[in-house]
Amino acid sequence: MNATVTEQKRAKTGSERYRAGVLKYAQMGYWQPDYVPAATDVLALFRITPQEGVEPEEAAAAVAGESSTATWTVVWTDRLTACERYRAKAYRVDPVPGSPGQYFAYIAYDLDLFEPGSIANLTASIIGNVFGFKPLKALRLEDMRFPSAYVKTFSGPPTGIVVERERLDKFGRPLLGATIKPKLGLSGRNYGRVVYEALKGGLDFTKDDENINSQPFMHWRDRFLYCMEAVNRAQAASGEVKGHYLNVTAGTLEDMYERAEFARDLGSVIVMIDLVIGYTAIQSMSRWARRNDMILHLHRAGHSTYTRQKSHGVSFRVISKWMRLAGVDHIHAGTVVGKLEGDPNSVQGFYNVLREPHNAVDLQRGLFFEQDWAGLHGVLPVASGGIHAGQMHQLLHYLGEDTILQFGGGTIGHPMGIAAGATANRVALEAMVLARNEGRDIWNEGPQILAAAARECAPLRAALDVWGEVTFNYASTDTPDFVPTPQVA
Amino acid sequence: MRITQGTFSFLPELTDAQIRKQLEYSLANGWALAIEYTDDPHPRNTYWEMFGMPMFDIRDAAGIMGEIASCRKIFPRHYIKVNAFDATRGRESLRLSFLVNRPPQEPGFALVREEGPGRAVRYTTRAYACDRPEGERY
Repeated sequence: MNATVTEQKRAKTGSERYRAGVLKYAQMGYWQPDYVPAATDVLALFRITPQEGVEPEEAAAAVAGESSTATWTVVWTDRLTACERYRAKAYRVDPVPGSPGQYFAYIAYDLDLFEPGSIANLTASIIGNVFGFKPLKALRLEDMRFPSAYVKTFSGPPTGIVVERERLDKFGRPLLGATIKPKLGLSGRNYGRVVYEALKGGLDFTKDDENINSQPFMHWRDRFLYCMEAVNRAQAASGEVKGHYLNVTAGTLEDMYERAEFARDLGSVIVMIDLVIGYTAIQSMSRWARRNDMILHLHRAGHSTYTRQKSHGVSFRVISKWMRLAGVDHIHAGTVVGKLEGDPNSVQGFYNVLREPHNAVDLQRGLFFEQDWAGLHGVLPVASGGIHAGQMHQLLHYLGEDTILQFGGGTIGHPMGIAAGATANRVALEAMVLARNEGRDIWNEGPQILAAAARECAPLRAALDVWGEVTFNYASTDTPDFVPTPQVA
Repeated sequence: MRITQGTFSFLPELTDAQIRKQLEYSLANGWALAIEYTDDPHPRNTYWEMFGMPMFDIRDAAGIMGEIASCRKIFPRHYIKVNAFDATRGRESLRLSFLVNRPPQEPGFALVREEGPGRAVRYTTRAYACDRPEGERY
């Protein structure tokens, strides 16, 4: 390395540092290879793609600078502050395995840079300006680590997995749901029919879709009234607690409160919001749900615009962490086997972030940092989109027990009707859990287990005949990049 | 009708051999088993009667099967369930809960509607069996 390059990577000090003019970000102190992150630091891992001729360390320093205290030129007013503390520090840069020109940049932020309990404030720093920064071709936020001191400033999920199960009196198996289809156009009365049939047939939940709010064909009050009739009828027909996620997403927070209160007054156990309402609205609805003992379901509408491409955007594992802090009880997090994007390792990483009390570093699943959730409740991940009863062994294998499996088309499109579709899914699920608990190898014996259960259950037989062979085998775009470390056998 | 509470209610009634395997699975996970019974199957009847204490110290399935048999003998026409309790930090709740006995006839529930203003309805679920006093219902 020549002398100039070395000089450009070294932080300047004293009067040299504050002479008016432009310095490299590394020279301003945003590249600190010797820095040891404090236990109370917020850590971020970015995937950076520097423009030609920009050194990776300088690009990392620029990201640290632009997401914390820096501006494009030296300002003397830095010296009125504890600026060395407030500067974010890029402390490590590694080439991304198998992706020339891309680097993983590790950056540490002092805890005092962030307002307690505000995702809006956190994200305004971490993804505020920096994603449009010219010296970078592309930038992706891959992972974050939050210190317990920061985690504890959030209330987290208003209900949590354990309490939700206790309220519903449902244990030992994934919950089952379905999104009502067609998602647009049904009248309130017809919509409620689908809810009733699906719940009576054996589902635990039905769900509004992300874009069903209050349209000319069905106003929200009408939908809520018919859905609650359906929920209560199905409850009486089965003896089980049932629910329908009433989507309260609206143009203003005031409208959302009005809808949520109506849902509560009708006796619903759950309300639903969309990710597109924004972080602050999500936190407000979380507070409301906590005050009103309601489960809060979040549909991740819009996320693929920034989570799917590996080179630029925000990984869904980061969104998962933010939403666990912001406080939702359910979040759509992928199916692995369904119609939507989802590499098995990445999806398991999201699930672990949402559910576990503590995450260890797990590069294979895209987890770069250890994360202790400091007692924050778990979020129940929802698997939805192009899944059917014939995949039950794969779903249970990949996703485990604390999840909600949502079969929309796989319930409503059943040849014998909606209730039969629901029954097929429930029987397939219970048969698979029973077999797993008995110690059977469901990954390999899954199809035989389903076939045996279908002998007792005509709806399951019909479901396997129609969909048994349907798969969505496309290469994933969002996969973790890591070099497998040799394991001791 | 058939009440579908519990983990395996959509399957044919579990045989004793199948129940035993679920007990073995629970014990292998370190969970404590407990037996509860009721003749009030309302979906929000949380507190069924406990058939003795949770069996924290019985670690073999045969012993639990013996308790299930005694409960069935005393309450042949009640709902009986087995709960598996996990005391791990962060869970401290049930991990499995399934029926091992149900009445021969299940009359089900009436849905009582109280019409209110603005088309809102207050719903009450009432078990037909609960028209009679406890112990005389099934």
